[in-house]
Amino acid sequence: MSDIFSYDAIVIGGGHNGLTNAAYLAKAGKKVLVLEQRHLVGGAAITEELRPGFQFTTFSYALSLLRPEIIQELDLVSYGFMPLLMRSHFAPMENGDYFLLGPDAGLNRREIARHSKADVDGMERFEHDTARVRQFIRPLFDSIPPNLFSNDPADTEKMAWLLKHLGTGDKKVIHDTVRLLTGSIADFCDDYLESDIIKATICSAACVGIKLGPMSPGSGMNWLYLSMGEHDGVGGSWSFHKGGNGGFTQVLARAATAYGAEIRLDSHVDHLITEKGEVKGVALRDGTEFRAPVVVSSLDPRRTFLEIADPRELPSDLVETIQRFRFQGVASKVNFALDGVPEYPALSGRTDQYLGFMNLAPTVEYMERAYDAAKYGWYSEHPYIDACIQSFVDPDMAPPGKHVLSCFVMYTPYELKGSTWEAERENMADRVQATLQGFFPNFNDLVLQREVVSPDIIEAKTGLSEGNIYAGEFFPHQMYFFRPAPGYSDYRTPIRGYYQCGSGTHPGGCVIGAPGRLASREVLKDLGGGKA
Amino acid sequence: MIRTTPFHPRLAELSQCQMWGNWSGYLSAVRYDLSSKHEYFGVRNAAGFFDTSPLHKYWIRGRDAELLCSFVFARDVRTLKPGRAQYTIWCDDAGFIMEDGVLFRFSADEFMLTAAEPNFGFLRKLSSRYDVEIVDATEDYASLALQGPRSRDILEVLTPDILGLRYFGFTETKIANTPVIISRTGFSGDLGYEVMIPAADALRVLDGILEAGHPHGIRPYGDEALGMTRIEAGLPLIGVEFNSSRYAWTAEERFTPDELGLGWLLKGIEDDSRPFIGRDAILRERADGSSRWRTIGITVAWSDFYELFESRGHLAVPDELPVAWESMLYNANGKRIGYATSFMYSPILQRHIGIARVKPKYAEPGTDIYLEQTVNHEYINVRATVTTLPFYNPERKTA
Repeated sequence: MSDIFSYDAIVIGGGHNGLTNAAYLAKAGKKVLVLEQRHLVGGAAITEELRPGFQFTTFSYALSLLRPEIIQELDLVSYGFMPLLMRSHFAPMENGDYFLLGPDAGLNRREIARHSKADVDGMERFEHDTARVRQFIRPLFDSIPPNLFSNDPADTEKMAWLLKHLGTGDKKVIHDTVRLLTGSIADFCDDYLESDIIKATICSAACVGIKLGPMSPGSGMNWLYLSMGEHDGVGGSWSFHKGGNGGFTQVLARAATAYGAEIRLDSHVDHLITEKGEVKGVALRDGTEFRAPVVVSSLDPRRTFLEIADPRELPSDLVETIQRFRFQGVASKVNFALDGVPEYPALSGRTDQYLGFMNLAPTVEYMERAYDAAKYGWYSEHPYIDACIQSFVDPDMAPPGKHVLSCFVMYTPYELKGSTWEAERENMADRVQATLQGFFPNFNDLVLQREVVSPDIIEAKTGLSEGNIYAGEFFPHQMYFFRPAPGYSDYRTPIRGYYQCGSGTHPGGCVIGAPGRLASREVLKDLGGGKA
Repeated sequence: MIRTTPFHPRLAELSQCQMWGNWSGYLSAVRYDLSSKHEYFGVRNAAGFFDTSPLHKYWIRGRDAELLCSFVFARDVRTLKPGRAQYTIWCDDAGFIMEDGVLFRFSADEFMLTAAEPNFGFLRKLSSRYDVEIVDATEDYASLALQGPRSRDILEVLTPDILGLRYFGFTETKIANTPVIISRTGFSGDLGYEVMIPAADALRVLDGILEAGHPHGIRPYGDEALGMTRIEAGLPLIGVEFNSSRYAWTAEERFTPDELGLGWLLKGIEDDSRPFIGRDAILRERADGSSRWRTIGITVAWSDFYELFESRGHLAVPDELPVAWESMLYNANGKRIGYATSFMYSPILQRHIGIARVKPKYAEPGTDIYLEQTVNHEYINVRATVTTLPFYNPERKTA
């Protein structure tokens, strides 16, 4: 029996939500222990130097939906927080042309007009309408969903607030919200735009991480969700972090530690320790036990309820809901170390197109066909790739003159029909590289190293079930009141003292921090004595 | 016809927007990129260079050079060693600041002053009773400021002589076989250098710097990004924080070193008999405690800024471009207590920051004061907090 320690709270998992949660609890004066299974913190937000001087963002690759409240409330700037805003958005086309947006609104109008004159003002209407939808749903996004199934006066009050908020909405804004939440992004775009490359550029943002194509109902909701990013107050924007996403989780770890949290690496939690329906601590795989009256799991719902907890201690409705909770990861990463700059013939000699994302998804139909393969258990012959060369934005990511290219690849289903990822991993990466070679004729000559991260590897390394990057699929029945299960959306569990704070809870996945932050409020409410 | 600096042919090629302002009769870039925010990040994250050629440059040479400088400039120059530079100010007899600049000491009897405004007549007139020669070298040199964390990496490729340079040290060395003066100075609050180059060789040296800088992401930056970095660095700018007292119309337009937050330049004057212009008035101000203002930093919390706009149906979109006008400051009772001279959203610090002047009793760090903003065509006050300057001061600046 190893040493037994006492803590106010134990956080399982040192990913960005676990660290966020721990930082808030520690800042409120609680004695907190974070247990991370790997040798480094960050979970799916890490940066690894796989080759001397080349920094790879192994999994997640951008600061997407990080809530501005967290930056301020945890004073992350003091711990090294440094966002690097994207300057461009680049979409190559199959005919060699391109769609390239930059920081100048006037020039962007000219660029849109090159593809469709009608889309110049069409795009402005699209942006205004969707910004109003974001403003309308933001209060719901950044607060704890009411428990629909509770008679607690606090929940009744929250429901009343929700209904009141919905009542204040403008008729058009509410209708646009429902159109996005229930419809396809392709249909929504058709109402505003005619140019296929411009529609494809918008739709590509809806096809990240979910097993849906741009024409599937539900893709509108994913688009809206991913557009909730806000950096420097610019709605819909994403950014990079200095040193990649691992740079960001290091900032969180420094903050959490500075507030007094203790982080223990190489500590794989095996199970909860409970007595009479109350949590008492956790036991590691090596048998070490840590005791605390509060345990917060940042793992996904499957691991939180079916693996770490003993399902026999949980109500059967919860267990059944979690058993049928959809994960079905479809995304992979293929990362490259490059010897130089990829050349796009129509922009020969230029590099300003590489200061943000580039979407290799030249038409809406291209993406839909890429999705088709996944429906039938195979990866896309022509994958949709969301790529970025972060070394152009952050010179510390690669040696001078060299580059790192991160490719987020859709669609690569977790379960392959009649084969395994072990057999298909390199073949899939070959498809990715062939796609890149198709757009950048010098690409193959630049490749110094290739890292392939298929869904099985995401699962094995980060613990995300079936490699789902959001810790659970984004379907309406798995969101808000229902994330992860009806009646359990307030971060509590039926086991007293056991809480959830991962991306499988409201609002959901991405480098967002909101689950970690919102869960800390509930924990502190129950613990009492918190300063936060 | 407006003039161009020796770097201009290359700068015009690098400019994506051809937006130029006018600095002392020379074209001076507002920005080069389509967005000055990205230039700003270039400085904070890699390296940027700013064309400072229109700066006025004066040689002050001769047996009495130190004597003259110690009389004209309020900061004591006698302790300045050859190979070192200092930021300095000069005042009028009433102890009000006329201007600021940087004084370089080349030897016991040779100095160079760089200043934003013309001062040749002023210096020559004051030097008439000294054994000193004042030479206007403004057009002899092109100059650029290379600022940012990669600035040292870039310059060391060109001349290893810069490696030993301490903050505010300078060296005479060569780049591309051209004699240059490189100082570890700048206006960005970051690691950085300034390079003075004989005008005829300016392009050749710039091309050498560009070539060495390319793998490090070097880029030019203009006046907007300069303004952002200097506010974060808490550095006052003539024409914004103050104007020369010599050209003021009213007492409200004149400021003493203590009022402008530059009292630290005058450390020890109470225990020393060095005569300099303004000395008696400054000592009297200090003895009487008669300063009217204190210069402070202000920050606005993100949540307060957000609430200010979102509660009125607007999106809270902060602007990193420095506000081009003064914004009034109030106490909790709505009484006016001062004004912000500079105000912007700092992307690095993730909050609004400003340089402000307030009545001394409100200058304590942590004090809540209220900044006037316009929302929905109405003046609305938002809470601001008094802080010390600078806002941004990375270790690498002086390390």
